[in-house]
Amino acid sequence: MELNPLIIFIAAIFTSNILLTNFLGMCSFLSVSKEVESSLGLGMAVVFVMTITSALNYAVYHFILVPLDIIYLQYIIFIIVIAAFVQLTEMIIERFSPILYYSLGIFLPLITVNCAILGVSLFMVIRNYTFLQSIAYGAGSGLGWLLAILALAGIRQKVKEKYVPAGLAGAGLSLIITGIMALAFVGFSGIVVIQ
Amino acid sequence: MKKKEIFITSAFTENSVWRQILGICSALAVTNLMMNSLVMGLGVIFTLALSGFTISLIRDYIPKRIRMMVQTLIIASYVIIVDLFLRANYPEISKALGPYVGLIITNCIIMGRAEAFAGKNSPFDSMIDGIGAGVGYTFVLLVIAFVREIFGFGTLFGFQVMGDWWTKWSIMVMAPSAFFMLAILIWIINTPKKQVG
Repeated sequence: MELNPLIIFIAAIFTSNILLTNFLGMCSFLSVSKEVESSLGLGMAVVFVMTITSALNYAVYHFILVPLDIIYLQYIIFIIVIAAFVQLTEMIIERFSPILYYSLGIFLPLITVNCAILGVSLFMVIRNYTFLQSIAYGAGSGLGWLLAILALAGIRQKVKEKYVPAGLAGAGLSLIITGIMALAFVGFSGIVVIQ
Repeated sequence: MKKKEIFITSAFTENSVWRQILGICSALAVTNLMMNSLVMGLGVIFTLALSGFTISLIRDYIPKRIRMMVQTLIIASYVIIVDLFLRANYPEISKALGPYVGLIITNCIIMGRAEAFAGKNSPFDSMIDGIGAGVGYTFVLLVIAFVREIFGFGTLFGFQVMGDWWTKWSIMVMAPSAFFMLAILIWIINTPKKQVG
């Protein structure tokens, strides 16, 4: 079935949010979400890298891996593409825009190990997306991730001063907030359904 | 350090999931069924043990600058073995786990152990440390999966344990409950002892 890329884009942001329904990118999600500014920086970097790498990995998968019949190497190839792209972006930004580098650059190394990036590429292959669908899915997932981390950072700043039971402070509390957010996002599931 | 000590430390006292909050992506994603969690856990133990061994073995020959890249490639090679093994022998489970087998590569626990332990210790110690961290991880997965499967499906490992009277809690099958369960587990374990007693 051919899905409109726009529908995939919307669905990736709301109904099948990469973080809240597929649990990808949790590590940096929990550790960076202390402040809104840094969350925004990381989120933007994720949107950018995710969109481009989903396009790159699409090309690599369909024009190199499939013709050569080496699909079993996809994990290694995908991770190399992602790491190389992140490294390249970091170098380019550092060279041409020091200001952007200071706001965004420090987050780039974190992204190679963000499992959401690799996850998007793998989902794209499993679901047999076309090129446009893949880009829409990558961009949508990135935006969905940005939305989730911004929301968590906002809430965490609000509850920072409040009393919480000792064992729950920190990661436990963030997870509960995320759980409630995930519950709220379930409410979006009426909009569009994919998969 | 003695071998047993290394194992206990990395499996429980310094458990990656509840002490360092690492590797929780997959801990959340596969825990709606016990079987999936067990297979995932075994895959992670295998990858952790062998990548720890390999990285420790060649740690003096890895150039510092590209260390992360080399480690990732070693980890990815073992993950491919796990993936191919599952596809060949257990196609059903492989399908259910979907991309999460591949995502073992970016599981922060493995990179974390490689950086924190295998880079400094002997190959066999690293292997034991890897198995320990993997067992600790599997333990967390199984605890969460136990609760989610029994409430969500009324089964354990696919066997019916609750009678027909049991109303399935569909929330337990859905995503939010995974967050809540992990939060509760972390809460219980991190609560200081004197508050409990």
